[in-house]
Amino acid sequence: MSYLISHAPHIREQRTVPDLMKAVMLALLPATIAGVIFFGLQALALIIVCTLTAVITEIVCLKLMKSTVPVNGGGAAITGLLLALCLPPSFPVIFAIIGSIFAIVIGKQLFGGLGYNIFNPALVGRAFLAAAFPVHMTTWVMPFAYRGVEAISSATPLAAMKFSQQSTSSLSLLFGNVGGCIGETSALLLLLGGIYLLWKKVINWQIPVSYLGTVAVFGGVFWLVNPAQFPSPIFQLLAGGLMLGAWFMLTDLVTSPITKKGLWIFGVGAGLLVVIIRLFSGLPEGVMYSILIMNAVVPLINRYTRPRILGQKK
Amino acid sequence: MKLKTFAQGIHPPYNKKTVNLSIEEAVYPHNVIIPLHQHTGATCEPLVKVGDEVVEGQKIGDSAKFISAAVHASISGKVTKIEKMLHPCGVEVLSVVIEGSNSSTVVQRDSSAGEEKKNKTVDGLSPEEIRQIVKEAGIVGLGGAAFPAHVKLSPPKDKKIDTILVNGCECEPYITADHRIMLERTADLLVGAELVAKATGATRVLVGVEDNKHDAVLQLKTEIRKRHFTNLPDGIEVVTLETKYPQGGEKMLIKAVLNREVPSRGLPLDVGVVVVNVGTAVAITEAVRDGKSLIKRVVTITGSGIKEPKNLLVRIGTSFKDIVEQCGGLTADAYKIVMGGPMMGAPQLSLEVPVVKATSCILVLSKSEVKEDQIFPCVKCGRCVDHCPMSLLPTRLAAYANNANYSEFEEWGGQDCIECGCCTYVCPAKIPIVHWVKLAKLKLRQMK
Ligand code: SF4
Ligand code: SF4
Repeated sequence: MSYLISHAPHIREQRTVPDLMKAVMLALLPATIAGVIFFGLQALALIIVCTLTAVITEIVCLKLMKSTVPVNGGGAAITGLLLALCLPPSFPVIFAIIGSIFAIVIGKQLFGGLGYNIFNPALVGRAFLAAAFPVHMTTWVMPFAYRGVEAISSATPLAAMKFSQQSTSSLSLLFGNVGGCIGETSALLLLLGGIYLLWKKVINWQIPVSYLGTVAVFGGVFWLVNPAQFPSPIFQLLAGGLMLGAWFMLTDLVTSPITKKGLWIFGVGAGLLVVIIRLFSGLPEGVMYSILIMNAVVPLINRYTRPRILGQKK
Repeated sequence: MKLKTFAQGIHPPYNKKTVNLSIEEAVYPHNVIIPLHQHTGATCEPLVKVGDEVVEGQKIGDSAKFISAAVHASISGKVTKIEKMLHPCGVEVLSVVIEGSNSSTVVQRDSSAGEEKKNKTVDGLSPEEIRQIVKEAGIVGLGGAAFPAHVKLSPPKDKKIDTILVNGCECEPYITADHRIMLERTADLLVGAELVAKATGATRVLVGVEDNKHDAVLQLKTEIRKRHFTNLPDGIEVVTLETKYPQGGEKMLIKAVLNREVPSRGLPLDVGVVVVNVGTAVAITEAVRDGKSLIKRVVTITGSGIKEPKNLLVRIGTSFKDIVEQCGGLTADAYKIVMGGPMMGAPQLSLEVPVVKATSCILVLSKSEVKEDQIFPCVKCGRCVDHCPMSLLPTRLAAYANNANYSEFEEWGGQDCIECGCCTYVCPAKIPIVHWVKLAKLKLRQMK
């Protein structure tokens, strides 16, 4: 009779990496379904194509590199789905495929694959598409346009605010009845998914709290100074990609800090960047850049927020 | 009221199913294998040769080195072999095999002075006498680390010890040996703690017990009220702690109870504390009061791979096989044998190894409990960081260890790791972090 020899500890917590990924997919489901309802088959096609492309690309990459990393991690599916969710509904499918491949190959595998990428791969894909296809990336349709309700292209609430000082009602923002990317319109459904992830302890609560909190407070200061020129904090919180970014992108485990103090710095830093970009740059939205910039400084944050070891001098 | 504890750590399922089973005396073994190395420190030299008759309690191995602990015959009989044999820690160690005889004389150490000593109360002994008795009795820390007890009782002159901390945490899942000792040997435990205080010059005793052992807390409190502790001007007290792993680690326990931090690479005595396990305290009482050497210990035999789990008082050197047989044997799906708890215990190749002084538990897990998970690359989730009781960055240490980057490994506190395994327990990528860290520490020791 022979017995298993393996190293201590001999008991482990149940949860595995694929479990974490599955939870994220599940949490994205409500917003994804809402995206399809709002924007129709074109949105559905983008979601399916991006997700599949990402998964296939990942499998091919791992095969080519003869990697020992299990392919069932599930990270690629999240990357593909997130990319689709932050594309305009009318975005051409063929370009989306390119973006999805770019996200996996350049955003993830080139850095060394799962766990080694510095930037959120979905946002790397999106940044690439924004640079390569600027017009398509800023062409918006209103929800239910596919039913012929109002087929004209519309500006997003953020762009309307920025370029013509037009506000959108909070209620519309909450339910998602506004123009924008497929998955970022309904703040409520994104919040629901985010809370699920907090409850399941998949993401660190410090990130969304510090990110959203900073946007509300810092954005609120400008609004108090000049409410005519600057949007209210409520609008800041509900509009654009902030909710999607706060709950699903900034919280990406691989590209966020590992220390507690680091998580706060990370969230606050990203929050400040969003407000600055939204209010003072030429762009209406700053979520993507805020996250990518903060991703880049994570190694530094980790280094300088090293916890004090028990028994080490204070 | 919020209970005291240390920062971070984990809450594994405790599975302490033997908690209500009283300690039973194990069956007298036909033969025993007594390794000459059962402790931290130098290996003993054998004091007997093949063919010698030995009696129970007779010292059969000792070392001239200070950090070492004598070993004794746990049964009477004849020495049949002295050779290298498999030790439960996985390596071969020079061991004395004794074939039992039917006579059962027991050697009282220091038997000429035996009468006189019995008349002398425990109070009459000097610190040096206590240390000497403890050393002769071969007592080591019975919590699992097996550090020679007399060394702990000999703090250097410049270190003032004010508190003896009795460790009644038993934070490892499954094990209930200490819990039973607290319930069944309460008085002896307290006597032992007082002896330790006397030997080290400490003026008070604190007993740290986790709140999942509520009956033990009550029992200790009742017993303390009944007794008078002449050597403890600052009293003796039970401190109830929040149940959390690894509270039984010395550094964690000291932080939890006293809010003192043992300096990096330092010892408890650097902060004026000596920690003794409850079983060790009882062994010290038995040695000093009754003249007994350490030849038996309480072992929990448990896990879903054991038919009838038990708490047994086992003679050192009895084979795991004999013990497991007394517990109804292994179940058909027994799959992994561990000496010690599930968090830090050592895996066993076979049941043909002896119970040693460090054997707090024989844990047998069944196939369904042992998951062999797929290993993923680190996803930087930070869980290991959130749970490390030493506030290290385990993911980083593992990476440095794996890349043989030993200078960075040390720079990031690798040597402070207490090898508790919390990081590995929580890691969703199932990375054997603590194993890599241990290997790196070993490598560094070899390099120095
Ligand atoms: S790094 Fe060491 S001390 Fe920290 S959790 Fe892991 S094993 Fe325990
Ligand atoms: S718990 Fe595992 S996966 Fe998470 S950061 Fe630590 S080593 Fe990496």
